[in-house]
Amino acid sequence: MPDSKYKDEFATPLKNAKGLGSAHDGTHHWMMQKVTAIIITPLIVWLIWSIIGLQGASYDEFRFWLAQPANAVLMIMLIVSVLYHSMLGLQVVTEDYISSEWFKLMKLIGQKIFIMTLGVLCVFSILKIAFTVGV
Amino acid sequence: MSDITKKVERPLSPHLQVYNLPLTALMSISHRITGVALTLGMLIVAAFLIAAGSSEAHYNLVMAIASSKIGLIILFLWSFALYFHMFNGLRHMIWDTGRFLEKDQAMRTNYIVLMFAVAATIVTWVFGCPYVNEIISGVK
Repeated sequence: MPDSKYKDEFATPLKNAKGLGSAHDGTHHWMMQKVTAIIITPLIVWLIWSIIGLQGASYDEFRFWLAQPANAVLMIMLIVSVLYHSMLGLQVVTEDYISSEWFKLMKLIGQKIFIMTLGVLCVFSILKIAFTVGV
Repeated sequence: MSDITKKVERPLSPHLQVYNLPLTALMSISHRITGVALTLGMLIVAAFLIAAGSSEAHYNLVMAIASSKIGLIILFLWSFALYFHMFNGLRHMIWDTGRFLEKDQAMRTNYIVLMFAVAATIVTWVFGCPYVNEIISGVK
């Protein structure tokens, strides 16, 4: 039986309609990488500006600064968008350079858990400071 | 069988360890290396946030490390990696629109990206860091 007959039996026109290959994913990864990059760029300029102003800041000074609503919101936006951007980037690097399949899978999962944990820790800390300082 | 395979002299692709990478290729891999490094760099920001939310002792420890000589060197490298990744990332976005993809254009924009990254790093540290500022005005 020729190969094409099998293909005709199992593959449906849905494959052509979706236009996606075996990756099951098209431009979403790329698009999110770009979208987060656009969000990050002004936020990073703000972060560097803030770090310059916060040199040698005491514990109370730092907390007072972070408790300002604008700073807290911008910092959360920065953390979330940077970590998302970073997660996408690390994923591609791992997919490209790790040849061992099981190690690749473990690393991909591990990276995501690490990034998410870090993000939750940061956002929790920011909110804790924002909601408690000056109350 | 082995005779046949020996006779066929297949061209070898340039081996990474001996191949002199052109600047465009170096910039490309540097984008990835700085990307991974910046993820680690975000741990500095995270350390500050988590320490400030935890206790004064933790915060003071993080601030002391960041303000030390080694801390400042790491921050300096971090800032350069950040600017490099940012400007090269902007170039990637321009590339995505189909512009400047020719070899000579890529080579020219290599230098532009590097110039912007170096300039931004210098401006940040000369105007932003009193410590560096003191050293410079001390020399003068």
